[in-house]
Amino acid sequence: MKKLRLGRRILPLYSLLALVYLLIPIAYTIAFSFNNSKGRTNTTWQGFTFSKWGDVCNQAGICEAFGNSLFIGAVSTLVATVLGTAIAIALVRYRFKFRSLVSLSLFLPMATPEVVMGAGLAALFFNLGAEQGFATIIISHVMFCLSFVVVTVKARVQTLDPVLEEAGRDLYANPAQVFWRITFPLLLPGIVSAALLSFALSFDDFIITYFNAGPVTTFPLLIYVAASKGVPAETNVIASGVFLLAIFTVIGTQIASNARARRHAKFN
Amino acid sequence: MAKEFVPAGADLELRGIRKEFPGFTAIENLDLQIPAGEFFALLGPSGCGKTTTLRIIAGLEEPTSGQVMLGGQDVTFTKPHERPVNTVFQSYALFPHMSILENVAFGLRRRKIENPIPKAMDALNLVELGYAAERRPQQLSGGQQQRVALARALVNRPSLLLLDEPLGALDLKLRRQMQIELKAIQMEVGLTFLHVTHDQEEAMDMADTVAVMHKGRIEQMGAPEALYERPKTAFVAKFLGQSNIFVGQAVESSANSLAIEIAGTKLSVPKHRAEKQSGKIALGVRPEKAFFHHEAPATSPDLNILGPGEIKDIRFTGVSNQYLIEIPNVGDLIVFAQNVGMSPVAELGQQVWVSFKVEHTFGLSDLPAGDED
Amino acid sequence: MAFAAFSSNKPAPNAAPMKSGKIVLALLLPGLLYLAMFFMVPLASLLVTSLESPDPSGAIGQYVYAVDFSSYGNVISRYFPQILRSFGYAFAATFFALVISYPLAYFIGVRLRTRPLIQKLTLTLVIAPFFISFLLRTIAWKQILSDNSPTLTFLRSIHLLGDNQFFLGTPFAVIWGLTYNFIPFMTLPLYTSLERLDLRYLEAAGDLYANPAQVFRKITLPLTMPGVISGTLLTFIPITGDYVNASRDFLGSSQTSMIGNMVQADFLQNSDYPSASALSAILMGVILLLVTVYVRRTGTEDLL
Repeated sequence: MKKLRLGRRILPLYSLLALVYLLIPIAYTIAFSFNNSKGRTNTTWQGFTFSKWGDVCNQAGICEAFGNSLFIGAVSTLVATVLGTAIAIALVRYRFKFRSLVSLSLFLPMATPEVVMGAGLAALFFNLGAEQGFATIIISHVMFCLSFVVVTVKARVQTLDPVLEEAGRDLYANPAQVFWRITFPLLLPGIVSAALLSFALSFDDFIITYFNAGPVTTFPLLIYVAASKGVPAETNVIASGVFLLAIFTVIGTQIASNARARRHAKFN
Repeated sequence: MAKEFVPAGADLELRGIRKEFPGFTAIENLDLQIPAGEFFALLGPSGCGKTTTLRIIAGLEEPTSGQVMLGGQDVTFTKPHERPVNTVFQSYALFPHMSILENVAFGLRRRKIENPIPKAMDALNLVELGYAAERRPQQLSGGQQQRVALARALVNRPSLLLLDEPLGALDLKLRRQMQIELKAIQMEVGLTFLHVTHDQEEAMDMADTVAVMHKGRIEQMGAPEALYERPKTAFVAKFLGQSNIFVGQAVESSANSLAIEIAGTKLSVPKHRAEKQSGKIALGVRPEKAFFHHEAPATSPDLNILGPGEIKDIRFTGVSNQYLIEIPNVGDLIVFAQNVGMSPVAELGQQVWVSFKVEHTFGLSDLPAGDED
Repeated sequence: MAFAAFSSNKPAPNAAPMKSGKIVLALLLPGLLYLAMFFMVPLASLLVTSLESPDPSGAIGQYVYAVDFSSYGNVISRYFPQILRSFGYAFAATFFALVISYPLAYFIGVRLRTRPLIQKLTLTLVIAPFFISFLLRTIAWKQILSDNSPTLTFLRSIHLLGDNQFFLGTPFAVIWGLTYNFIPFMTLPLYTSLERLDLRYLEAAGDLYANPAQVFRKITLPLTMPGVISGTLLTFIPITGDYVNASRDFLGSSQTSMIGNMVQADFLQNSDYPSASALSAILMGVILLLVTVYVRRTGTEDLL
């Protein structure tokens, strides 16, 4: 019995340590967004200041790179989500020849290291004589986001009972109405998480982008280039801002949906 | 689209329906007529083709050949959303992202009927769920969801309402209660109901006419009482209630009756109750119409007598005791005895004779599986 | 989430196989054409490039089409240590990630089941690293563990580290960073499996005289194997191609460089496209081989 008690304590403690390990660099990054550093280096603590938050675009290029990343992320997400959702629906709902071939060709991009994809795309663009820039970055990002969208949406399509669509047809909805009033709203949570994931992947991608960016600087590229010389605190400000916004949105949604679930549970 | 439907339901007629799926034939050759306003049950074990039939009528499947006629019109290839037919699905299929009220109003809105919300509310009140209008389906119990599904279909006043095992997911008590409600609602709205089920009690309890379906064909069709008292095939005799079946060679034939011989004993059946008049014939009797005796009963032309045999098993089921009696060279028989006394009237291992009236005996058109030549 | 990527499929309720035809084509074709154009063709393009030979004129960065396999021999002999190191680091980091993630995922997916809100919030902390640039997180480790940092001073003061010992630039630092960066990819599929685990199986095993260790080995682990497989793949594959952690500007040194660093250097700095392509092809080939063997062994057929 005593052993069991000890076991009950060890697991939470271990998990807590693992979480701390995961969160240390995040805490560090946020903390150093308040560092009163001079110039471009931000390696040692110089004292607390809000000044970097007030004047993010002070350092040349940071806000531009951030804007570029937002733009690339948005366009890539849109394209990848549309293409991927269509494939996911086809994969779950229809039986066709070459189905396993399709699955394989969607799995392969996930089994390919980024450096290989980056080099391959660069070789392609190079052989085609295409100039690198926004277009080549977006093309690459759509490519690696696509499989993740398919997987995410597919999981949702699998939970969708086809009987619901039949009920819609039975209740006088034409095919378009069935899709927009039944299928789409029911898939929406999956599509939204696929889009968010896609955006996160695109926004944070460095390796593939590095091979295909040409003259364009994205936020991760900016950090990479700055890494050897020291990353300015303004970068931490932007990254921390994005992080805090995302995390509070997620936590807020969770608390809200939890409260809603509790309200619903009362009825039963 | 906003076509008004026939108010009191319409006749349904299936002509020579055949449905093949890759690898098997679900429906062989189905002819069926359901008069307007009737409560019709399609009864059969799972895999007999009854759900496929329902889906063909709803328009969710197209038949390989044959015609679906509704109110005299050919609707075989009419899309489900253009057919005046609604379905109560087995799993209810309530839209989880809409309130109960919006679920019920869905069909009305698609057909652009005026005032969908008040009409949907009326339908919800009919199934006594008006108070739950704003809830989501997942907040309701199974029985409540079933009633919403019913309201959602009924509100459209379809010419024909299809019910696909609608009570299958409910527990026994609730199922009995819903049977009564469903029947009452059908009487009230006067629509044609086609009810698909594998539960014979449910079918007999509610339907005006029951069709027993087996292996893609209708085995027998008629009023529940007729079906029960005079099953025509071995399948119906065994699927609808229980039956004792005896197989023997026809040996005697008079003006009114027919006799077979089995293990040296003659069993008679009135001629008008026999489907087959010569050769190897299967006769049957319901267990509650058979009696056992501790001594050999006096022979009589009105009585079929078997025995002696031995009581092998006794089951107490509350209202009755079920006796399993083994008769040498004949086989096992089941006899139900109403539980009117305080203790069992026979004991395990006792020697008994079994009798049943000739007029309660029925003759089948086929032989039970295993007894075919 | 996508992290169930490699776990096996739950069959759809009532999977109604509908008629295929134009609709399927319309749904599939755009995406598949895209993949063909920008995934298959680049890989093929990489293979073609890997077979090119240097321009006879001797100009740097100029190559002509050929079927010249010499680049493969070259890179294998030249980069053998990097190739070995890549897979060695990847094995080590995947192992550590699994050891750290499994208990964590078990805690969140099983122990916290009774408290859904806390469960969700804890899971959010696991994916929190995704919301902040991984380069910045790696730089954070670099600074936290730099030679003159308070951390190292502390470790030296308690004699865990010798006075002349460092952390940055060592294989240990690179594995540390790789493990850190890919832990969420391990934890999430594990969580997905564990969260679905029906605890009644564990009770039944206990009822049938299995002790806790046996319950884990015979029931919990086999039932969560899909999560272990997808987690290890999602961790191992990207790690083998990573070059950020091992790079000199981050946690590594010239002594820790991996395949990715060499591909990047040959492709972007030395303009030695055939070598970079050959090295990529080798990496891809080894990964596909390992994945196939692994998947066969563990019996997960439907990968997507």
